[in-house]
Order: sequence, then C-alpha cells, then structure tokens
Amino acid sequence: MRWGTVMVASGCGGTGRELAPYADLDGLDLVTRSITLDPRAGGPTPRIAETPSGLVHAVGHQNPGLEHFLATELPWLVRAGVRVHVSVVGATIGEYAELARRLSRAPGVAGLEVNLGAPDQAGEGLFEVREPYHAASVVAAVRREFPADRPVLAKLRPDLSRAVEGARAVHDAGASGVVLGDAVPAAMPDGRPGGLTGPAITPVALRCVHEVTSALPDVEVVGGGGVDGPRTARAFLAAGAVGVQVGTALLHDPTTVARIRAALADDHADDTAGDHAGDTADDREDQR
Amino acid sequence: MTSEPTGVPAVRGPVHVVGEVLATKRAGAYRHLTIAAPGLPERFRAGNFVAVSVGDGRLARRPLWIHRVKETGAYGPTLDVVVEPRGPGSTWLADLPVGARLPVTGPLGRPFALPREPVSCVLVGEGYAAAPLFPLAARLRERGCPVTLVLAADDEGHLLSALEARRSARSVSVITRDGSVGARGDVPSQVEAVLERADADVVYAAGPTATLAAVAAAAERRGAWSQVALETPMACGTGLCQGCPVPVVAEDGVTRRVRACVDGPVVRGDRVHWGELG
Ligand SMILES: Cc1cc2nc3c(=O)[nH]c(=O)nc-3n(C[C@H](O)[C@H](O)[C@H](O)COP(=O)(O)O)c2cc1C
Repeated sequence: MRWGTVMVASGCGGTGRELAPYADLDGLDLVTRSITLDPRAGGPTPRIAETPSGLVHAVGHQNPGLEHFLATELPWLVRAGVRVHVSVVGATIGEYAELARRLSRAPGVAGLEVNLGAPDQAGEGLFEVREPYHAASVVAAVRREFPADRPVLAKLRPDLSRAVEGARAVHDAGASGVVLGDAVPAAMPDGRPGGLTGPAITPVALRCVHEVTSALPDVEVVGGGGVDGPRTARAFLAAGAVGVQVGTALLHDPTTVARIRAALADDHADDTAGDHAGDTADDREDQR
Repeated sequence: MTSEPTGVPAVRGPVHVVGEVLATKRAGAYRHLTIAAPGLPERFRAGNFVAVSVGDGRLARRPLWIHRVKETGAYGPTLDVVVEPRGPGSTWLADLPVGARLPVTGPLGRPFALPREPVSCVLVGEGYAAAPLFPLAARLRERGCPVTLVLAADDEGHLLSALEARRSARSVSVITRDGSVGARGDVPSQVEAVLERADADVVYAAGPTATLAAVAAAAERRGAWSQVALETPMACGTGLCQGCPVPVVAEDGVTRRVRACVDGPVVRGDRVHWGELG
C-alpha cells in the first residue's frame, strides 16, 4: 500500500455515492460497509448513541447482500473511479470463502477487508473471533479464494492484550495488511452490545498500532480510530502505520477525508522540499 | 420511494459550509435562527433539512428543517431554522449568539413532491415540525393549488405563527391540546373533518410519528395521496451511517429499511410500516 493512503472506513461511507458532494471519488480508497452473502435488515433503533467525543453504534450490519451489491452498488463505484475494498463478514468460514470467491470474479474490486472485530458477533450470528487462530483461519480461507495480486486486509479490534499476537496470526495466514482498528466493544445506553468509535478511542488505537509496528516491522498496518483531521492522521503514520481509515469523523463532517488527503499530499510536497512548516499551524488548529 | 441505494444528484447536491448566525429570535418555546449559508438557499426545496454540528465534543449532527430561505439579502443567501431546546445539542443551538459560526450541511433529503394539477392540498404540521410546510405552502400557491394549513401544538407557546402562515395558505386553522388558542384537541381526532371540509386531494404532514400515522391513515381512507416528513433520529443526516432506518413497503410489495435522511425524510404515508416505526 502507498504510504499515506487515506481510506473511508467500513460502514461510514454509505453506499459511496453519498460522499460524492464532499469528496472527489476518482481514486478514493473506500471500504464498503460489511457485506454478507444474504441481505441483512440490521438491528432495532436507536442504532447510534452519542457519548463524550465518541459514538456508540449498533447498526447490526444492515446491507443488501452480495448479489444486490454486485449488481448495483459495485458497478456504480467502479464507474466513479473509486478504489473499492469490499468488507466481508460471515456466519461461517465457508461464508467468508464464498464471499471471497464471488468477489474475486467481480470486475473492479481493488481488494478485500476481512471484518474480524464486529462488536456483537454472537448476537448477530456471525463467526466468533475469540482467539487469534480463529481470525487466522478466516483470513487463510479468504486468501485462498482471492487473487494473490490484490490485497486482503484483516481488520482487528484495538485490543492491546491481543494486538501483536492477532496481527502476527493473520499476517502468517496471508493477510496483506492489518487494520487497527475497529470499534472498541462497548454498550449502548440500554445495555445492548455496540461499538465505541471516534476520538474517544484514538489513544487506545494508537497504542495498538505502535505495539504492532514495533514488534512486527514486516507487517503493514493501517491505523484507525477517531481520525478526524491531518493531525490525528499524522499521529497514526508516526506510530508506524502506512495509511489511515476515517470513519466517525465523516458522520460529523463529510469533507474530512478530502481535507486529510489534501493535507497529506501537501506534507509529501513539503517533505520533498525538506520543510515541515505545515505541521505547527495544523496542530494549533486541531487544538482549538 | 425506492430501496437503497439512491443517488444524490451530482449537480444539485448538498454542500458543507461554515455558516454564521446572523439573527436569533425567541418565539414562544422556540428559537428562530437566521444563518448565512452560502450555496444552500439556491439548492433548497421545501422538505429539505440541514445537518448542523454542535459543540462540546458532540459528534452526532442535529437535523433541522429549513423553514425559510432568502437567496439574496443584505447578508447574501440565508436560511431560517426553528430550534426547540430539549436536549444538550438543541439547547446549545438555541443559546448561540449572533456572530457564532457553525458547520452546516445541506440541503439534505428528498423534498415534498408537488402535484402537477392545481388540486386541493391540506398541510398538517405539529410543533416546530410545521416549519417546512410554510415554504411548501408558498410553492403550492404558486401552482394554483388551494392550500389549507393546520397548525397544531400542545399549547400556544409551541405553535408556529398562524399570522405568517396566512401569507401563503388560503385557510389556516389552529389546534391546541390545552385549548389555549384555536380549537381544543389533537390532530388524530380532527384530521378527518379537516380533510372532508377541504375536499383534500393531496395531504402533507410534518410532526411526531403518531400524528403522521394518523394523517396518513385519514388520507388513505378518503383515497387522497399523502406525503409525510419523518422525524427519525439521525446521527449524520447525509446517508453515511444507516442510523435512521425506516421500514417502507416498496413498489414490489417487499418491506425494506430505507434511510430517513436520504431516501426520506419525506415519504409516501401509505408506504410506511407505522407499527414498526414506533
Ligand atoms: C455507524 C458505524 C458503522 C460501522 N460499520 C462497520 C462495518 O460494517 N464493518 C466494519 O468493519 N466496521 C464498521 N464500523 C467501524 C469503522 O469502520 C471504524 O473501524 C471504527 O469506527 C473506528 O474508526 P473511527 O473512530 O474513525 O470511526 C462502523 C462504525 C460506525 C461508526
């Protein structure tokens, strides 16, 4: 993956089209909301709750199913020039493999992201990733079905106690990179399982990224969790990530991805000129 | 009404700008804000809303109906919204001073569809949610439709201005639960008679879910066509998060959960599964 890649995080970019007014879709790396083989209606409302500097979500993977996605959403995104990374999630290893097999034949899929950290796997009847070897088996099954020249990212929860072990396991199973991370398991105000996201989880995710990149320098890590501007994106890159994902911030300001892309492109230009003057102005702005 | 995905028209799509509060006015229980928001008014159609950001690390956006737009004025393009301070976000908004800046995204959502013929239209709005019916009434009048506007509320403090409504509607009537002004009662108990009197062909409603359900049912009983503006809680307002599902019956008879923010908020009343919406 190109250093400094900024991706739209799974489940936070709608079908992709809704971002068109706020970002140039041509060349944009977008991870789709997690797609299942069969359509899913999703969970009850309320699905999203506000918490200080964060959101807790319990969407329940509402999605139209693979067939509908392939027939309508994917072709539109490909025509718009989006680099489509399809997030897959399933009830069994066989379902993950079937998703990978069918997506390998679909024109225009840039890569896959294997969702291994859904907040309520048991409640939603999804394959339960309790141990790193569970994650590794899923990744191995997906990798077998998907062409070796296209990336398969493994997305893990930012769980510090298992991050290095988990990253090593999925890397050994053939993942091209690791996304750290997903939402932090949490509860909705009424007690239902949910996932905590946004700036509230940034320090936790940063720590995980740092531990993994230090322990496993060969593993490509994409950082995520509360990325809401150039400053947080740079913090993940400084921790050793090659790219970042932006989720919750898009719900708050749909132009976030475009802003971060532009700022990082400027960094790159500055780097070539040996000039880091841009950092301080942005730091100040983000602290306000 | 279609299932996902629906596109945002690329040319007329929403914009994201930093708006500035130009004026604030207290009216009963509500606060009216006039916001300079370049790019929004010229794209506005009645039934659209804006999503605004509130402060203090609160990430969910607050959807607000657009009550009025001015494309040109002393301060450039402006829009008006009506805020009822109920929770921390709306209270924060209601307390904004003139000159405050706030991120505004819009216009968002599917607007009200307008009849082609000059047919009789009844508009029923409850509380601040009646806000989008004012610009709708003006558009309908331009098309030659006789407009009957019903403003309903718990009490006088929660009514939008009937005086102002009279500028666009041929007939305006007021219903309050406590009878402080207008007829005493509520929408469900009175809507039938209102539709009858106006010989309504098309019915529009905006307000709490129970009110919308009652209006939709009354319209269906007389074979009138209804459109309702839903107030489903939303986190982003832009179609990104799937936090505002609405169960609707599509053309093919299959129930789907569409997103209130982009597939609505205005939907056909006879398509909504009211029971499931709660
Ligand atoms: C409303 C919402 C829906 C999400 N849906 C998915 C999903 O379908 N699949 C997935 O792998 N992650 C999903 N996520 C997690 C995000 O992709 C992201 O990893 C996480 O929110 C942390 O990043 P953030 O703080 O930038 O949002 C979702 C997050 C939110 C807020």
